[in-house]
This record gives sequence, C-alpha cells and structure tokens, in this order.
Amino acid sequence: MFDSSVLFSLRLSFQVAAVATFFIIVVGVTVAYFLAQRNFRGKELLDMLFTLPLVLPPTVTGYYLIILFGRNGLIGKPIYAWTGWSIMFTWYAAVLASFVVALPLMIKTTRAAIETVDKNLINASYTSGHSEFETAVRVILPLAKRGIMAGTVLSFARALGEFGATLMLAGNIPGKTDTMPLAIYSLAGSGEWSQANGMVILLTLVSGLFLYFANRYNRTI
Amino acid sequence: MGLSVHLKKKVNGFNLDVTWEIDNELTVLFGYSGAGKSMTLQMIAGLLIPDDGFVRIGSTTMFDGSKRINVPSQQRHLGYVFQDLALFPHMTALDNILYGSNNTGKSERRERAGEMIGAFHLEGLEERYPAELSGGQKQRVAFARALMRKPYALLLDEPFSALDNPLRIEMRRFLIDIKNRFDVPIIFVTHDVTEAYTVADTLIVYSNGKVVQKGKPKDVFDNPASAEVEILVNAKEYKFFMPF
Repeated sequence: MFDSSVLFSLRLSFQVAAVATFFIIVVGVTVAYFLAQRNFRGKELLDMLFTLPLVLPPTVTGYYLIILFGRNGLIGKPIYAWTGWSIMFTWYAAVLASFVVALPLMIKTTRAAIETVDKNLINASYTSGHSEFETAVRVILPLAKRGIMAGTVLSFARALGEFGATLMLAGNIPGKTDTMPLAIYSLAGSGEWSQANGMVILLTLVSGLFLYFANRYNRTI
Repeated sequence: MGLSVHLKKKVNGFNLDVTWEIDNELTVLFGYSGAGKSMTLQMIAGLLIPDDGFVRIGSTTMFDGSKRINVPSQQRHLGYVFQDLALFPHMTALDNILYGSNNTGKSERRERAGEMIGAFHLEGLEERYPAELSGGQKQRVAFARALMRKPYALLLDEPFSALDNPLRIEMRRFLIDIKNRFDVPIIFVTHDVTEAYTVADTLIVYSNGKVVQKGKPKDVFDNPASAEVEILVNAKEYKFFMPF
C-alpha cells in the first residue's frame, strides 16, 4: 500500500516524537516541579516563556529557534565554530522543534497535577525525615502520576503532528527530514492523493487514540 | 527531656506571641479554632518559620531567631499526626509505617515497623491501602508512622476530630496508653473541652494568639484565671461529661 518513502516518513515521525517525548518528560517534570513547589522571582514569567510556543504560530517558534540554533545563531554559531556541525536540516532539528512546541503541554498538566497534591502529605514526608528530593520521588510524583501520563501522551501526539517549526528548522528534505505532516504537504502539493490519504487516515487514527488515552488518564482535560 | 518554646509570628493581621515550657508529659493546647494552636505545632515541627523566638527540645535548640538557628523539619526528629492524618494514599499501611523512618538500615526498619504493628494492633492489615481501612484503623496507622522513628516529641493536631463520639472516647484511652508506653512528651491540640479535661497532664489555654492560662486541668477548670477562660472551659457543664 505504501511505498518506501512513505514508510520512511512513518518511521521518522515516530522516532522524532519518541526522542522529543523522552526529553519532554525529563525537562517538563523538572520545570513543572519547581513552578509548582517553589516561590521565586520571575516564576510566572518563566511559566509564560515555556507556554508561549503553545499559542505562537509554529513558524514564529521556528523563527526563534533559527535565531538561537541557526548556523549564525546565538548558540548555533559557537557550536558550528567549534565542531563544524549545525543542527539545521537534520532530524535532530525536527526533535528540537517538536520538543519546544510540545513541552508546554507537559508542563501545564504536570504543574496542575503537582499543585493538587495535599500539602499535608508533603509535610508528613518532611516531618518523617525525608529530604525534598526523596519526597518528590516517593510522594509528590507518584501522586501526580495521572497528570504526568496525560501530559506525556498529549506531548507525544503534539510532537507527532508538528509541522511549522519543523519546516523552518529541519526543512522538508525527502528521505532525511520529511516527517509525516511534511510528507503529506509534499504529496498533496504534487497531487499524489492516494499516498496522502493513507497517511492522513493513519495520523488521524493515531492522534485520536492518543487523545483517548490522555482523557482516560486525566479526566480534567 | 522537656520542651520549651517562645514563638512570635505575624500573619495577615493575626499576632501569635506565646511562651511556655513542659516536661515529658501530655500537654493539651486548648482554645477556639484560630487561636494559634495548630500554628504553634507547625512552628515546633519546622513547617512554619517564626518571626522570632526559640524552640528547644531537651537540650537541643531547633530554632533560635536571635542566633539564626533553624534546624530543618527533617532533622527535628518529631512525630506529627495531622488533622486529616495525611496517610499516603498510594502506599499500603505497612509502607506508610515504614516511611515514618528515614533510617537506612532496612532490617532495623522492618523490625521497628513490626513492633509498631504489634503495639497498635494492626496485624493482618499491613497490605491494605488507607482507603480500605476504617477511621480507627487509619488513626492507628498514623500514630504508628509518627512513632516509627522514636521521636523526641509527639505532636498531635486534632487527630480525633473526624471520629464519631464513641470512638473519640476510646481514642482518649488510647492516647493515655501511648503516653505510658512510649515515654515521650505529647503535645495535643484540641478545641474539645471534655477531651482537654480528661487526657491532659498540663493544660495550656490559648486565646487569640496568647496563652491565657497554664496548669493542671483541674486547677484551670476550678479556678479559671479570667472570665474568658471560664467561658472557654464552660466550667459548669464539663462535669456532666466527666467519664472518671
């Protein structure tokens, strides 16, 4: 049914989304923990900064990422000068774009889940002699588990469907950076409807399935 | 051992300023809700930082405003039973009790937990989750967890307030039993007159952030220091409830 380039897009999409989700879990849970549990200056500003990609057009997010990670970017330039390598137009760039765009979904749901953990349970852990880290790992995160699961599923679904920022940062290089959404764009552009239909149906089914699981984990969404 | 505190704290217009000292006994902090009793417990436990004053448990200074000493909650070595008990819903009764100690020696902890289960008659309930326990059983798990680490003092923040009356009366006997068996200073917060009268060795009466009277319960009830205390202890009525 699918030719090899379609299968490549399929595999690449899942690879990108899986790697991005891994980093989203690590970074998202950590950031959400500090936003929920600590009070520091500029906390809400930080939250806003992480949430911005949720509302910005993905092309704008992509544009910022180019400014930061492009060959002449703030971070990209020293990396290129030092290693001769740039993230631009590699599948890592697709991971980066998906990471930044899907991260706010993780932070939002996890922060809300952590904030609903009963303060007395946290105090009970402290008075029992357990450190903040141990309390986080053994009390707070297990009790926020449903929120973290929901955030993970939503982030994965979002990463899988990422288009705009990926296009800006990774381009749409056949056989290299064309994830499913990008391939669908190309196929539709060149009138290859049958291939496009298959991918659209597949992506719709997968996304629907993920939303179903996200709702099962977290009825508040 | 004993415990002495001098605590000052201003929060949203409420002004707490108390000083008292107790021995290894069962002390009841008594007064209306909002008088500063629970706040006192939180400051003793290090969950709330006083503006000034000190907290001394035995010879150890846990907090001293002028010397800038503030031992973290974790190292104050106290047992705390919360009003809603605060049992971990995702842990079994046994795991809740085990969590009461941060002792790294696993076999020691198991042994101590075994003792606690015996002392609080929790045999057979080890694998149950808090949601599967009755009110009285949850109560006993919470006490077992609080006493697990052999605390320097046991702080009880109205732990019986959610129970029905017959069970509350049973719990008073249970409390006196704990005092006799574990030889640990107990600070018990309540706004229940009968409870205060029947279990206390020493009664400290709080009103609006101040200590208005301290003494043996009988002395306080028979000779209230002021009209305010008299109303608070409702000196004529409590005698009807006196079980012994």
